[in-house]
Amino acid sequence: MYLVSHPDEVKVISFRFGQGAEQIDKYIELGGYEQARRAIDMGPEAIINEVKASNLRGRGGAGFPTGLKWSFVPKGMDRPKYILVNGDESEPGTCKDRPICEYDPHSIIEGTIIAGLAVGAKQGFIYMRGEYRYLLDIMDKCIADAYAKGFLGKNIFGIEGLDFDCMSHSGAGAYEVGEESALMESLEGKRGVPRIRPPFPAVVGLYGGPTVINNVETIASVPHVLRLGGAEYAKIGTDRNGGTRLFGISGHVEKPGVYELPMGYSLRKAIYEVAGGIKGGKKLKAVVPGGSSTPVLKADEIDVGMDFDQLAKAGTMLGSAGIVVLDETVSIVEFALRTIKFYQHESCGWCIPCREGTDWLKKTITRVYQGNGVSKDLDNIKYLAENMMGRTFCPLGDAAAMPTIGFITKFRDEFEAFLSENPPTPGLVLQQAPNLVQLAAH
Amino acid sequence: MSTPTTIFSAELAARLDRLVTLYPVKRSALIPMLLYAQDEIGYCSDAVVAEAAVRVGITELDVRNVLSYYSMLRQKPLGKFHIQVCTNISCMLRGGYEILEHCQHKLGVHENKGVTPDGLFSVEEVECIGACCWAPAVQVNYDYVEDVTPASMDAAIDKYRQLARPQ
Amino acid sequence: MAEVKTVNLTVDGKQITTPAGTLLIDACKSVGIEIPAFCYYPGLSLQGACRMCVVRVEKMPKLQTACTTPVAEGMIVTTESEEIAQSRKGILELLLGNHPLDCPVCDAGGQCELQDMTFKYGASGSNYVETKNHKEEQQWSPVVFFDRPRCILCYRCVRVCGEGMDVWALGVQNRGSSSVIAPNGGDHLDCEECGACIDICPVGALTSGAYRYKTRPWEMNHTATICTHCGDGCKTTLGTRQDNAGSEIVRGDNRDKSGINGDFLCIKGRYSFDFANREDRLTQPLVRQANGKLEPTTWEVAIEHVGKRLREVRQTRGGKAIGVIGSNRTTNEENYLLQKFARMVLQTNNIDHHRTADYPALLAALGGAANKAASLRDFEKAPAMLVLGNDPTEQHPALAWNIRTNVRTNRSRLYLANHADIKLRRQAKAAIEIPAHGYGALIRYLAGQESEFVPNDTATKFREALLAEPELVIAFGSEFRGRDLETLVAWALTLPNCKVAALGDYVNSRGAADMGVLPDFLPGYAPAAEGAGFADEYGAPLPTEPGMNLVQMMDAAGRGELGALYVVGSNPVSRYGVEPAVLANTFVVVQDMFLTETALLADVVLPAANLYEKSGTVTNTYGDIQLVKKASDTSGVRTDFEMIVRIADKMGARAQSMVPFGKGLRADLGQSRGAQSGEADRHAVWLAANNYEPKLSPFDPFATFDEIQRLVPSYAISRFELFSGADKAMRTDLVQIANFPADRADLVLPANDTLFTSGTLGRYSKVLHEVMESRETSPAETAAD
Repeated sequence: MYLVSHPDEVKVISFRFGQGAEQIDKYIELGGYEQARRAIDMGPEAIINEVKASNLRGRGGAGFPTGLKWSFVPKGMDRPKYILVNGDESEPGTCKDRPICEYDPHSIIEGTIIAGLAVGAKQGFIYMRGEYRYLLDIMDKCIADAYAKGFLGKNIFGIEGLDFDCMSHSGAGAYEVGEESALMESLEGKRGVPRIRPPFPAVVGLYGGPTVINNVETIASVPHVLRLGGAEYAKIGTDRNGGTRLFGISGHVEKPGVYELPMGYSLRKAIYEVAGGIKGGKKLKAVVPGGSSTPVLKADEIDVGMDFDQLAKAGTMLGSAGIVVLDETVSIVEFALRTIKFYQHESCGWCIPCREGTDWLKKTITRVYQGNGVSKDLDNIKYLAENMMGRTFCPLGDAAAMPTIGFITKFRDEFEAFLSENPPTPGLVLQQAPNLVQLAAH
Repeated sequence: MSTPTTIFSAELAARLDRLVTLYPVKRSALIPMLLYAQDEIGYCSDAVVAEAAVRVGITELDVRNVLSYYSMLRQKPLGKFHIQVCTNISCMLRGGYEILEHCQHKLGVHENKGVTPDGLFSVEEVECIGACCWAPAVQVNYDYVEDVTPASMDAAIDKYRQLARPQ
Repeated sequence: MAEVKTVNLTVDGKQITTPAGTLLIDACKSVGIEIPAFCYYPGLSLQGACRMCVVRVEKMPKLQTACTTPVAEGMIVTTESEEIAQSRKGILELLLGNHPLDCPVCDAGGQCELQDMTFKYGASGSNYVETKNHKEEQQWSPVVFFDRPRCILCYRCVRVCGEGMDVWALGVQNRGSSSVIAPNGGDHLDCEECGACIDICPVGALTSGAYRYKTRPWEMNHTATICTHCGDGCKTTLGTRQDNAGSEIVRGDNRDKSGINGDFLCIKGRYSFDFANREDRLTQPLVRQANGKLEPTTWEVAIEHVGKRLREVRQTRGGKAIGVIGSNRTTNEENYLLQKFARMVLQTNNIDHHRTADYPALLAALGGAANKAASLRDFEKAPAMLVLGNDPTEQHPALAWNIRTNVRTNRSRLYLANHADIKLRRQAKAAIEIPAHGYGALIRYLAGQESEFVPNDTATKFREALLAEPELVIAFGSEFRGRDLETLVAWALTLPNCKVAALGDYVNSRGAADMGVLPDFLPGYAPAAEGAGFADEYGAPLPTEPGMNLVQMMDAAGRGELGALYVVGSNPVSRYGVEPAVLANTFVVVQDMFLTETALLADVVLPAANLYEKSGTVTNTYGDIQLVKKASDTSGVRTDFEMIVRIADKMGARAQSMVPFGKGLRADLGQSRGAQSGEADRHAVWLAANNYEPKLSPFDPFATFDEIQRLVPSYAISRFELFSGADKAMRTDLVQIANFPADRADLVLPANDTLFTSGTLGRYSKVLHEVMESRETSPAETAAD
């Protein structure tokens, strides 16, 4: 991993990146832990109000207003409350949490403390995906340093009776665990299967206690919200979309990387200016704007501001802000196949429409891509995806169905080409096909 | 409370002894425990399952239910260096499949999770590893190798081969 | 009790009022709107996994699952529409894509929920050309087979095994489309082999070793009757098919959820009917010849021989020289008839059976109190339960099920006192461990009497908590008899709203005691010494001196003082370790299915029908009376009832005086009755008064049931409910035992059966054998237990 930068960037979360802030002394020198200290004096209500005013919305993908989420936690409950930080970053096209964990890990701990103060929790867990072992090691060292400085543990910041504990936790490979209730199951040592709601985690969550679950980027934004003030933070972004986001731009661009841009920044500019345009001067074919689950935009649909609402209006989603850029050479069918292969592999299998739906989508698209498709397959792909939409136990079904519907609707001609007398030659994804098929027989 | 007999090194056993005490319920330690055990033993063997079951106080069936869910946990040994090639969308666009094929060809392992005869390497096609902006990317055990080219992959493989050689 | 808040909602235009918190799927069901579901199962945890139960709730953006949506005030719900039907059809198409569609050979064919749903929502076309994933069928235990491709992953089996049985032998492994149900032994099951997973499976993924590939469901006749094994008396539905030798039982299940056992059946109720189909069953009467060998003969010869010999002994040595041993697996009617035969025809009170609980002491201690005897059903809803002794999981599995269910779903508080660490301890709120012989001391301590029990802190709290319970049911094992039992019951009667149950061992042990298969009690616990009323009814003098008990009879035989012994459905030689020489000089008649140790010593062996081959009633250990229906038939055998009648006939007893069948004399209120007709006449009056028809055959057990109902007040239960399949509790308030002897010998010999044994009968069950063998060969890795 390496850092990139562009003049259009507004460095709020990333302002300490590259300055050695993973060392606690450097972090403190750069203003670290000041906001946590200040939050103690502010008190729960003021913290929540500040976060509400900031229009900070969940950075994991769903975009739920963070302050509102915190306010759902019942006050004065007997059961222990928990802060659970979701570092199970797994959405294809998304790698924004990694730089935070690597370059500014203390901001996550500080945000966790502030969240704890806001809702009255005394314990935080930072769940890291299993693959991020080196980040887990960094996080463990930072947590130990924070304990040593008295920012965690008993009587934090020297205030008698104010305790807050925090620990890291490693996952072991499962996209579904990024779903917040599955995350709790996983932290409890179980299969990563989501829970029935209601009750919602804010009321009955981890170990049955009220639980706030926030994405790493969200929680790392919290100290900055307090640092700038809610209103100031909100101003950086657009209406109802406060602040900045770490946009990961990948795929066919000249300068891929993670850039911090204000909410509402133009997608076109992000691709052509920030990321240096299409690699090798080729033409743009399509963009997946917010991680693999968000419906594709065609080349002529990229004049859109990147915030939750504008992208929703454009028929897609901001999601995890992982922008994947496809140049003219890409076979959409191959891309669609690779996308559904992922969701088929990651479906937890709990509910029928997701478990079976992703499997049949993968099989059908594979067959089309092999040149063995029949004309009704294309309608059936759409039919399968539509039957999954909104009918699965958790959003993973939608995450698989939405992009599929996008591909088959916007690029049907490419699918049809595979049904013709002389279908295009399939790419490497199919040479790995034994893998694709064998999965089902696993 | 230490488990009287353990299949793990003293260091790991001590770590696991502590791990179960950190959470409100012992079972929470299960997934990291299996992962750390796998790091040492090479895979989640029957013995690992049995000991984990005792350590967290659940049935072996329950351990297997969990273990089989997580893709990083494995019930068969793999190479000492497990090469995990990401072929998900961002990596695919930048040559992930070519890297996968290159690794398989170079090491002579053609099936997914195949192991070289010397047991040194295994190759697996994996889902997104969170290195999209530095694609294509590969993880060798827990180490990231990013912006991989066939040449840099060869260099990485050589490096690990060196590491395995007795000093 | 606080008033239950109700909620009003509209479903398909119907107004529904239902308690707050009810799930939509249940609320709909209560007004007859059936919402389809695979994963939802009443009483088990919610899954929301199959997505079949989707409905449209107004103001909700998506379709909602009725199984996870609680009702809300003003909710407007649509349960059938084009959109909903499409959604359900979509699910079925996905399932059928990989489902083997081997319905013609699948055990579940014809009673498969997937078939039914497909029939309703139509998913006949397939959009796929891929080959289906095939996996070989696996055998997980002698009784459980798993056919993976048929599995739709509804997780019912996992839940019923874990939540219901507390066995947790099934899990889900892998993920996504590779997800699979897995057994705890890796490739086999280490479990209680109850088969609940098979019964609850909506498709044919889990099938039973006993039934698979034997027949089609629609080719069977189904009879709901009572299991012949333990004292819980579960209802089991037997599927039978005609075969060369009558009609064979091919399947047992608990399809009939109306039974006292609800969703529960153990291995014995479900599979251990197989003794009935054994090749070595006796189908011809055997008579010992001059050469000392038992040889087959005709019924006429055998019965004649028995009648002649018994008559001789009676005439030459008197009734005191004849002993009768009854059964705890025969019906109440047979037990009643047997004691009537013994007392009226054989003129003896030497009648007993293998006793497994001290029921007379229980009834004496209850002293005619009403509503103090606990039904098995009381354990599914009582707010607090106390189990003293016994191991219900092994010996009373339906009771254990009820206790677990009650703890799980009603948070009932379970108190446990035992000398062993029994499995129910996992459900116990409080438990104390006592020495094996410490039950008497414990009960004296609990009852606040002087006791050698030394209470520790746990015991003190245990007692205090018990005394603070506003409502309690107590089940106690055979550890309690005589005086200890009396102390226990007396204490229980002082507690508010307390009920008790004595745990005895076989299907009709209680009935044997209730019906007077005892040397000192007539039916209804009327002391034998005061048998005048019965003598009047039977129209014959009855012996009034209490007879010998079973052990005394054997002793008498050993001394050469027992001229004849008539054994009905019992194996005392094995059970009591009787030396063969003891019976050398006694004429022994045995009615049984097999050549048991006792039958081998007999002079005459009569092939008997078992409980599944006859009708009548039985009473479980709690006093719940239930109807037994004839399910199957084996040619050559006869019911014990018929044999008793025929032997009595050969001894010169008038059939009508044994069994009140036929019209008899006119019911003229007794004014014109003749000298011989008093009994039949009174009976006819009773029948007429109750609007009952007289029975037409001397072999109709319900004629005797009429007599029982007339003469045994505690059995005066609603016949209408009984005959419609309900269980009716025996009326303990109508049992008054005056002058119960304080030093009465209880002679209780607990059977100590496990889940996989069932006395002599269990030894003839192939399934039980196989299960026990399989457990020996694969040492249990039961980390769960």
